[in-house]
Amino acid sequence: MDGVVPLFRMEGISKRYGGVRALEKAELVVSAGSIHAILGENGAGKSTLIKVMAGVVAPDEGAMTLDGREVTFASPGAANKAGIVCIFQELSLIPELSVADNIVISDPPTRFGMIDRKAQRRIAEQALARAGAADIHPLALVKDLPLSRRQMVEIAKALARKPRILILDEATSALTAADVAKIFGVLKRLREEGLALLYISHRMNEIAELADHCTVFRNGRNVASYKAGSKSDNEVVELMIGREYSHIFPPKPAAVPATAAPRLEARKLSWADRLDNISLTVRAGEVVGLGGLDGQGQRELLLAFFGVLRGLGGQVLIDGKPVTIASPAAAREDRIGMALIPEDRKTEGLMLPMTVRENLSFAALDRLSKVGIIDRASEQRLIDDMVGLLAIKTAGLDIPVGALSGGNQQKVVIAKWLMRQPRIILLNDPTRGIDVGTKQELYQLMRKLADAGAAILFYSTDYDELIGCCDRVLVLYDGAVKRELVGAEITERALIASALNIHGEESPVGLGASA
Amino acid sequence: MKDWRYWLAEQRGTLLALGIFIVMFVIYTSNHPAGFTANVVQTASNKGVLLAFVAMAQTLVVLTAGIDLSVGMIFLLTNCLASWLVVGSPTQTAFGVIAVLLVGLLCGAINGAIVIYGRLQPIVATIATGAVYYGIGLLLRPSPGGSVNEDLADALTGRVFGVVPASLVVLLAVVLVIWVPFSRSVLGRAAYAAGSSETAAYMSGVPIRRGKFAAYALAGLLAAIGGLFLTFFTYTGEAAYASGNAYTLFSIAAVVLGGVSLFGGKGSAIGAIFGALAFRTIGDLLFVFDFDPLWQPLFQGVILLVAVSLGAFALFRVRNRLEWFL
Repeated sequence: MDGVVPLFRMEGISKRYGGVRALEKAELVVSAGSIHAILGENGAGKSTLIKVMAGVVAPDEGAMTLDGREVTFASPGAANKAGIVCIFQELSLIPELSVADNIVISDPPTRFGMIDRKAQRRIAEQALARAGAADIHPLALVKDLPLSRRQMVEIAKALARKPRILILDEATSALTAADVAKIFGVLKRLREEGLALLYISHRMNEIAELADHCTVFRNGRNVASYKAGSKSDNEVVELMIGREYSHIFPPKPAAVPATAAPRLEARKLSWADRLDNISLTVRAGEVVGLGGLDGQGQRELLLAFFGVLRGLGGQVLIDGKPVTIASPAAAREDRIGMALIPEDRKTEGLMLPMTVRENLSFAALDRLSKVGIIDRASEQRLIDDMVGLLAIKTAGLDIPVGALSGGNQQKVVIAKWLMRQPRIILLNDPTRGIDVGTKQELYQLMRKLADAGAAILFYSTDYDELIGCCDRVLVLYDGAVKRELVGAEITERALIASALNIHGEESPVGLGASA
Repeated sequence: MKDWRYWLAEQRGTLLALGIFIVMFVIYTSNHPAGFTANVVQTASNKGVLLAFVAMAQTLVVLTAGIDLSVGMIFLLTNCLASWLVVGSPTQTAFGVIAVLLVGLLCGAINGAIVIYGRLQPIVATIATGAVYYGIGLLLRPSPGGSVNEDLADALTGRVFGVVPASLVVLLAVVLVIWVPFSRSVLGRAAYAAGSSETAAYMSGVPIRRGKFAAYALAGLLAAIGGLFLTFFTYTGEAAYASGNAYTLFSIAAVVLGGVSLFGGKGSAIGAIFGALAFRTIGDLLFVFDFDPLWQPLFQGVILLVAVSLGAFALFRVRNRLEWFL
């Protein structure tokens, strides 16, 4: 490539969200007529990189050049005009409009100022055919299509915009194997037509089949760039690892004997196309981790236990007895005694404008009230206990919970559930976006609760946490448990390898953990 | 599936409203002492088009997932204004009509600007602007009065060729000149897209702001057409607060009856028109069956509840209960 101006180049791109740096002087060179794979674990900066390219977020510093000329994009529309089109993981289709409407949405063909429906239909049919999805009717409403078909529409929509650079962010995650094969054919043809394709995927076999070039991201930087096929899977995993340990974890007690009766058990849980025959057990005193890449069904699994999902297949057992949990209200009843610390505390955990006191009491109101009237004295006592136990830093109990720091908000969410003394605690990525100090306190607390006899199921996107906190880790992939790691087997290397569903050689024990 | 089945699925709400209206209207005319005559149809049409125009206005805003609580007040304000301006020689009358329509457009544009650029919630913004519009109307007509060019008024509330109600012809013309072009334009599609999923629309580079602005502004214009017609029927202008509020609320009812989703992105103004006509026929039905008019609000409420329940069946199919709250 020496001497030739690359199609697209990013230099020194940085982006911070609050105190968190998502990208730190990242570089990327994309050339026409090639498929470029981007690799990296959760939170390595891949999504931010794409968002910068596609005009969704503005970088704090750095420059982008297209055909050697510097460019900036104020909006996704601007990036589209320049020829950069992104297929986002979160679908960007408009549910109430038809497939054809969606395909031409950013630049509909018009006649006398009105949208030309015939031309629109023609463009849509061509685009669908080009994406290998001619079976989708252009007049169907997007909301009526199953997820895999929507994803094909998304691809057709991107193609209709005649991109020069096409970014696919986990674009195959919802597709069936037959569709993936079709899409691969399409992508290879586009490469021959001279497009540049950026391919983000966690599926190593896909990358091996498609990519010409790979770049690995870690901690917001590009750490390696190499020709596809020149490194083994293990070398790639090695490149993706490498964060330093920044957390201090409480010591783990001796393992709970495997003969102990499970507190929470799932038998062949299935739901829609998100959960696939999941069986697991959690015993009292155990912290069991859920690992794997984002969005492999971990969230749904927790929701399934908590009574949020309808039409659940399989069986849930509490203390060995089969139960049906019909709602969160049923899940928290004494005979089950379950609590869920949700992932998004701002929408599912807290009522932000209400006071700390009110938020703390919500889950336990039935215990604190007599004939519907809240007993203020016992409420106060319990709240004081919780504020003390969790060391919640607040200027007072009667200020809006939204005024607290992220870490303290999360403590309020946890305290709220601890007021019910739950026997089973489900945690959905509870440390996301909170400071290191509070994280440490939460790790201590988790272990304390387990020691006091709670069964804990803990989903985290942070591998360090899984390694540091869990007695066992179940790694999910595509809605199924792919691997169970116990004790010393829980290493970063093993976690990443099984999260990527790499088969073959076993990782040498201890290598990852010593990092 | 064949093309027509997709079309049918898309128009289901509109067709349902049409069906409800036809059933009710047939029951009405067959029990009417005079039967299905040009006179009966003309009276029904003249009463119905007022709400139909206001309901069309409401539709445009509801499609963007907003709500316009000022439509009834724009309707009143333009009525008061028309009772001053739509008088005199044909030229003066013509300018008067144009001025009234422009004021309606302006009212809608102000709503749009506040909601889109001021980032206020539509419900609050339009309650406030509605009060302002009503206040201006009250200043224009502290007590009922004024007049209108009676030749024009009689022509537009009479019959064409002795059979077809002129008000229906105007309604059809407004549909063809305003609604059809809007719904098929890029701006109209942007309004739908913004109402259905604003994030996805933004990510797709859709002109969301212009689309929503056009919807609000045209809503003002449609409400003003309604206001003009009110003047043509009554020959006067009156800032009647209760009537303005009733039109606002009935417009929402008509929109829902017409199959327009209050969550935005789905439905058509044509459905809302049938919704409005059906809603108006409820009162007439009570009349032909000799019910006390006191029953009217109760019956309107029951019919509305039944119609809305039909739309709620989809919730039974939801598999993740968190989606109930989306």
